[in-house]
Amino acid sequence: MSAPARPAPENAVAPAPRRENGPFSRANLGATLAGGYLPLILATLVMVLPLLWMIISSFKAPQEILSTDLVVLPSEPSLSNYEAAWNSVPIPRFFLNSVIVTTIGSSIKVLLAIFTAYALVFVRFPFKRVIFVLILVALMVPPQVSILPNYVLIAGLGGVNTYWGIILPGLGTAFGTFLLRQFFLTIPPAILEAAEIDGAGHLRTLLSVVVPISVPTVATVALVTIVTEWNDYIWPLIITSEASRMTLPVGLTALSNSEGNTGAGWGILMAGTVLVIAPVLIVFAMLQRHIVSGLTQGSVTG
Amino acid sequence: MTDSSRTVPGTDAPRTAASPPPGRTPGQSSPPVLRRRRMSRRARRDALVFLAFAAPNLVLIAMFTYRPLILNIQYSMLDWTLGSRTATFIGLDNYIEFFTSDAGLESLRITAIFTLFTVGGAMVLGLLIAVALNIDVPGRGLARSAVFAPYVLSGVGVGLVWLFIFDPNFGVLGWILRQVGLDSPEWFLDPDMSLIMVIVVYVWKNLGYCAIVYLGGLQSLSQDVMQAAQLDGAGAVRRFVSIALPLLSPTTFFLLITTTLNSLQAFDLLRIMTPTGRGTNTMIFESYLQAFGGYSRAGYSATISVLLFVILIVMTVAQILFVERKVHYS
Repeated sequence: MSAPARPAPENAVAPAPRRENGPFSRANLGATLAGGYLPLILATLVMVLPLLWMIISSFKAPQEILSTDLVVLPSEPSLSNYEAAWNSVPIPRFFLNSVIVTTIGSSIKVLLAIFTAYALVFVRFPFKRVIFVLILVALMVPPQVSILPNYVLIAGLGGVNTYWGIILPGLGTAFGTFLLRQFFLTIPPAILEAAEIDGAGHLRTLLSVVVPISVPTVATVALVTIVTEWNDYIWPLIITSEASRMTLPVGLTALSNSEGNTGAGWGILMAGTVLVIAPVLIVFAMLQRHIVSGLTQGSVTG
Repeated sequence: MTDSSRTVPGTDAPRTAASPPPGRTPGQSSPPVLRRRRMSRRARRDALVFLAFAAPNLVLIAMFTYRPLILNIQYSMLDWTLGSRTATFIGLDNYIEFFTSDAGLESLRITAIFTLFTVGGAMVLGLLIAVALNIDVPGRGLARSAVFAPYVLSGVGVGLVWLFIFDPNFGVLGWILRQVGLDSPEWFLDPDMSLIMVIVVYVWKNLGYCAIVYLGGLQSLSQDVMQAAQLDGAGAVRRFVSIALPLLSPTTFFLLITTTLNSLQAFDLLRIMTPTGRGTNTMIFESYLQAFGGYSRAGYSATISVLLFVILIVMTVAQILFVERKVHYS
């Protein structure tokens, strides 16, 4: 159907018929697949190869990394780089710190977001619109702009090298509140009225009616929050100076400083990098639908 | 985000005005005076519930987001060494220094170059990849995930992976260049090369976001229009340039704003790949370096933060104005 409809002049412009083939045209199926797969494979390789290289290199021996010839695969894959990273900096400690900070931080943030969004949508209050706009504006303020005054405050309170010092300034959540509020607005009021007639107060309505029907959105908010917390860098970097409280990204910076970024240190650094990247990669692989929709939210309406 | 404030009145109003909000008892027949008293008690209880639910979050946002914005303005007029108990009021001297010193202007120039090329690169490549992802073949879901994955990874981790690739002596890139008889540029030592390096890596990390958003835009295009153009003899390139691109303009503008805001906030990659900031000290990085990179110049650092925030506000207002316009023609 599409092949005869395409006149010759167009072929002169684009001599290699690639994507213009109607995908449903049986005659052009082969060309469509070739044209369709080639860009896809190229794009995938460009994104995947660097990460694959990181993983492979983390199992290489130092001489394989220092070799001027490219050694693609390690001849004897070993965990010695992981061991070395372990010995060079307290990697388990960093990992534990990241887990602690991420778990506590994200749990509180998600709870705060749920309660705030519920209040904004379902509870009567005079200045709700103003409050919502203030939350939206907060969404626009990059955390980097706030670090100096926050550092002065937290350091003054003795929060340097403490878990609470790392966690507290990031707890206020505009993103989760915004996302949940948008979802809560779509809940039919009739559902809440039913709970109301049953005599449920706001707390019970929230916990037994609103939250159960919002599980997918809450999961999205939770996932994005967890990933953001795990990757968070600038604030933990500033507020920690002792290895005992550093999170993984900050610890990697320390590792990068001590291994000097060159030579044999690369294998060790790649081992450390695997540890910060792999957990997020695994979570992403399992739950990517939620994460992608959460992170591209807002564009949907555009 | 701005869309929301538009949809709010429509979705919110019926709930608060027409249908009774949860918690209002069906006391329609009670005498007016009594009803008003009950309503106000009800309203007071609702206000208390609102505060109990929302106040913790709101206080935190006020404390750690709004308070710093105001304090930055105050700090920016001080000559103040971080950690020192005394500071001198110097008016607008910090601002004058930023706009007249070589270092300040250099930081502005680098911010402009970095933003321009990362936004342009991520959007153009993102669009191309979106077109590839839009072809309906089995397995494209996998490609979709692969393309988006770097966007969610730690900037520090990604930066280290690419530092290793760029390493002139032991990196893959140097090896490839040697195979074709070229020397690897001094990515780590030459400031201009450092800037190119961080731009390339930043684009790699963020183009998946553009690709997925563009893919959403492409999939919402009307197939009828595209097929009609095809029947009229428009080739793939022509269809793409003359029909798809103009129809995608709202998506393009949305991405332009969001990726520009993101690029202006880029920090993790820059800090881990070029710790000294030579050639890569964008405003946000310069602000960090001035306060925490050994100079301890808190006042000057705050000045750069204030300027950066002003730029971000201008971009946000531009977005709001655009959405206003978009509504008229769609």
